[in-house]
Amino acid sequence: MVRNRREILQSAAAVATTVLAAPFIRRAEAAEPIKVGSLLDLSGPIGTSGQPMFDAIQLAVAEVNAAGGLLGRPIELINYNTQSTIQLYSQYAQQLALKDRVAVVHGGITSASREAIRPVFDRYRILYFYNVLYEGGVCDRDIFCTGTTPAQTVNKLVPYALKTWGKKVYILAADYNYGQITAKWMTKYTRDGGGTVQAVDFFPLDVTGFTATISKIQEAKPDVILSALVGSNHTAFYRQWAAAGMKSKIPIASTTFGLVNELATLNPSESNGIVTAYGYYQELKTPKSVAFVDAIHKKFGADVPYISELAAATYEGFHLWAEGVKKANSIERMPVIKALETELSFDGPSGKVTIDHATHHVIRNAYLGKAVDKTWDVIASYPNQPPSDTAAVCNLIKAPNTDKQFVIDVKS
Amino acid sequence: MALAALIGFNVLNSIAALVLLSIGLGVIFGMMKIINLAHGEFLMLGAYATVITTNAGLNLFFAMLVVAPLFVGAVGLIVERGIIRFLYGRMIDTMLATWGLSLFLVGIITTIFGTTVKGVAAPFGGFAIGRYQASAYSVFMIVMAAAVLLGIWATLRFTRFGLIARATMQNPDMAAALGVSPPRIYMATFVLGAALTGLAGGVLVPVSGVAPTMGAAYIARAFITVIGGGAAIITGSGLASALFGFIDQVVTFQTTPVFGEVALLISALVMIRILPQGITGRFFRRSL
Amino acid sequence: MKPRPAWPGLCAVLAAMLVVMFGLPLVTGLFGLVQATVFIAMAVLALSQGFIWGYGGIMSFGQSAFFGLGGYTYAVAVMNMGDSTIPFFLSILLPAAFAALLGYFMFYGRISDAYVGVITLTVTVILFNVVNSTAGDVYHIGNAPLGGFNGMPSVPPLNMPGDPSSPLDPQQLYYVCMGLLVLVYLMLHLILASKFGRVVVAIRENETRAMLLGYDPRLYKLLVFAIGGGIAGLAGCLFTNWGGFISPTVFGLSQSAQIIIFVLVGGLGTLVGPILGAVAIEYLITVIGSQQTFNADLILGVVLVAFVLLVPQGVVPVLRGMTLRVFSQRRVAALPEAKPVRP
Repeated sequence: MVRNRREILQSAAAVATTVLAAPFIRRAEAAEPIKVGSLLDLSGPIGTSGQPMFDAIQLAVAEVNAAGGLLGRPIELINYNTQSTIQLYSQYAQQLALKDRVAVVHGGITSASREAIRPVFDRYRILYFYNVLYEGGVCDRDIFCTGTTPAQTVNKLVPYALKTWGKKVYILAADYNYGQITAKWMTKYTRDGGGTVQAVDFFPLDVTGFTATISKIQEAKPDVILSALVGSNHTAFYRQWAAAGMKSKIPIASTTFGLVNELATLNPSESNGIVTAYGYYQELKTPKSVAFVDAIHKKFGADVPYISELAAATYEGFHLWAEGVKKANSIERMPVIKALETELSFDGPSGKVTIDHATHHVIRNAYLGKAVDKTWDVIASYPNQPPSDTAAVCNLIKAPNTDKQFVIDVKS
Repeated sequence: MALAALIGFNVLNSIAALVLLSIGLGVIFGMMKIINLAHGEFLMLGAYATVITTNAGLNLFFAMLVVAPLFVGAVGLIVERGIIRFLYGRMIDTMLATWGLSLFLVGIITTIFGTTVKGVAAPFGGFAIGRYQASAYSVFMIVMAAAVLLGIWATLRFTRFGLIARATMQNPDMAAALGVSPPRIYMATFVLGAALTGLAGGVLVPVSGVAPTMGAAYIARAFITVIGGGAAIITGSGLASALFGFIDQVVTFQTTPVFGEVALLISALVMIRILPQGITGRFFRRSL
Repeated sequence: MKPRPAWPGLCAVLAAMLVVMFGLPLVTGLFGLVQATVFIAMAVLALSQGFIWGYGGIMSFGQSAFFGLGGYTYAVAVMNMGDSTIPFFLSILLPAAFAALLGYFMFYGRISDAYVGVITLTVTVILFNVVNSTAGDVYHIGNAPLGGFNGMPSVPPLNMPGDPSSPLDPQQLYYVCMGLLVLVYLMLHLILASKFGRVVVAIRENETRAMLLGYDPRLYKLLVFAIGGGIAGLAGCLFTNWGGFISPTVFGLSQSAQIIIFVLVGGLGTLVGPILGAVAIEYLITVIGSQQTFNADLILGVVLVAFVLLVPQGVVPVLRGMTLRVFSQRRVAALPEAKPVRP
């Protein structure tokens, strides 16, 4: 109840201020957040890969927001946990497209999940970034793939193995697309390097017993084993291999070792000496890499799993998209695509990452790492590797309406 | 010659692994006719118990042979008292409950320990069979499998508990009339089955990738071995393990692991078609 | 007395379904309809399991095999033929035929119930392994590469019969799916009310007695299994249309277990139960993934165990019991209970 003149004046002043300020308040509220979608497996067998990627994108979003957001607007990250289930990928993709109406989606881990949601985003016209290393071949103007492909990594790993250990090669690979295609690339590069492939064995993802294979390998007596085994069930191979006393006898080079945190879960006696090739290693000592790793540890704790290429590429992929938005001065899909197609680049933890117009993949650095006492010793760097495997089958400049994953036929 | 010896050794190893994997499930299924869909997760719990305690400093063998069975046995006790007890005779409901339990166990282990955990390397190293290397740990596994089978057989055959258990298995009502409490026996059997599974999980640690979701890779195989074996726990599981282990190893060695797995499954199918009650439904019918 | 369907219950359910079918588009936007479509596909799948298990007594752990077969058949056929009319029917007939074959293998071999579960489980695991290995250009059926683990993306959707240039849009697809659910439900209800259905239930109750009465249980079980397989195949076709995608995980063990859970949660021995169970569980899983606080498996596990301990018969029988109690209180005089005749 109004008591005296002072209170009347005070409340009048308050009302007046509000009325006069109203237009300004409305404009501030108009800084609506930009919605960014994220589809990652955070539980189930693939959860090991998804969690570091989720950490990385949260970090990237926080950094962009701390610097004022994009186009004056804050970024809102909408993440759905797809629980290692393909059906949920399709469901949440539709949700992000139709209900949340996001500006871009970063997500998908296995190629199966990517292929499930790529058509959804094509149909509903949502920009999509796939930030995971894979077998190559996706040719679609609506998607950008920032992970390494065999031409960037396997192409470096196999010659190193042949040169260091010998020409006779035995290939082990997971029995699905990634494993099968990587095995083909391994075969090609082996033959290109003058080596011979003694055998190629494929293993379903739930195989845990490798004794028969270990016997076969001993029978064949290769100089080196090339491994594209995937997942924590296949980690048993490295254990059983060491248990049979074979660790010191035949060396191993792998394109997938380390992705499910193997260096932490295996003993040095089981992992030392294994050589891998990725687009990023946590042990890189460049300023950007050190800053990235420190930031992740600061935000999420020091005992997060190993920060692999998956996390780095997710971080870089998000920043690349942000660069595209800045250049296009819009979050609309086509302008951003066109901006990105001007071969934008971003200086990330792994080095300079540049978009390749013709393939919508990236030119990025590749590194070789050797496992030494539960860390990676980066033994070689190859700057600016082009995605030449996808480039051989895909040209979005000439045929911008292409929309499929080519299974790259490897002729050796 | 050495190659044949090596392959023979691998077959034994494969059989031993199957025996260890399925004996716990066999005890529970044989006694209570319960299909425990959380079997893989009991394995996982045994593996985690072993790994966590070994990494904290405990001796590996003590961890896998004592701590793991005790821990998973205790978990089995809680599960039995808390869930299974209310669902006797309701096979379908136990399936649903144990499936829910398996999800819960995966979820809680992931929440506490994350998605990966530091494992344990195999002790002993390798030994030579001719010019080939084999894992000495496999010998340990074979010995353990034999010991477990022998231990269960001895328990069932020579102890009072074994006698009561067999009686309850054959005819619960008659056993009850004679003064035995079937629910008590069921509880003891479930705990025993869980403990055996925990032991298996522990034994498998040095040769597996330990993760919360590791159980899923084993459940189908264990399930098939137990059903293929038939009503008799030891002979059934033993024979089924022998058959399937042999087929898997030999086919894998000759061709590829994909065919090995498919061969195992198809032979299971064929065997069940020929012997619908499992192996011990037709042969060795009166055995344990 | 001539058997007849339970008209009041049937009409109520049909009415409810029609209300949902035409009412849902009015209250939710496109996303709601798209979301509903996958729930409906799962409901059809659950119906197939509920039918063969609840009424036929066949404990199949591998309905996902027919589900997957239906989905893949549709995808392969439509990619080769262009027009979706024949693929649609193929996706029902082929799984049904496969189910008939498998059923012959099982029922004419007198396999006991638990082993039916194992055999169907094994079949679905084999199918998964086989289809999973079909990556690479070598593995294609006509124009359709099977894609292995990566699956088959961009599967052309159903089109107006005979007119490949006018594919169904999401809203029309919703109507088609919902309509098919109603049809399947009605069809199953009529089957169960017919003489065939009565015999099937009799066989489930007591196989020996039915045999002694002159019915061949093997044949009836085979037919039930084949019908169930066909319906699961239809669900697979709808699922593939919803996502525009199919991959080998439809053959997985998790998928099989989930179907069983739908039926158990909804209520074994009813037809409405599986439908509601499917929708409820799918919705729950969707909601769980939208939050990051708790591990998804943890929540689902707790819910399932709580469910079994507290509502073991499933939701529908409990609701039905409650409803009947409410209605029966209105009756003035209670009819005397029929007492069984003892010899």
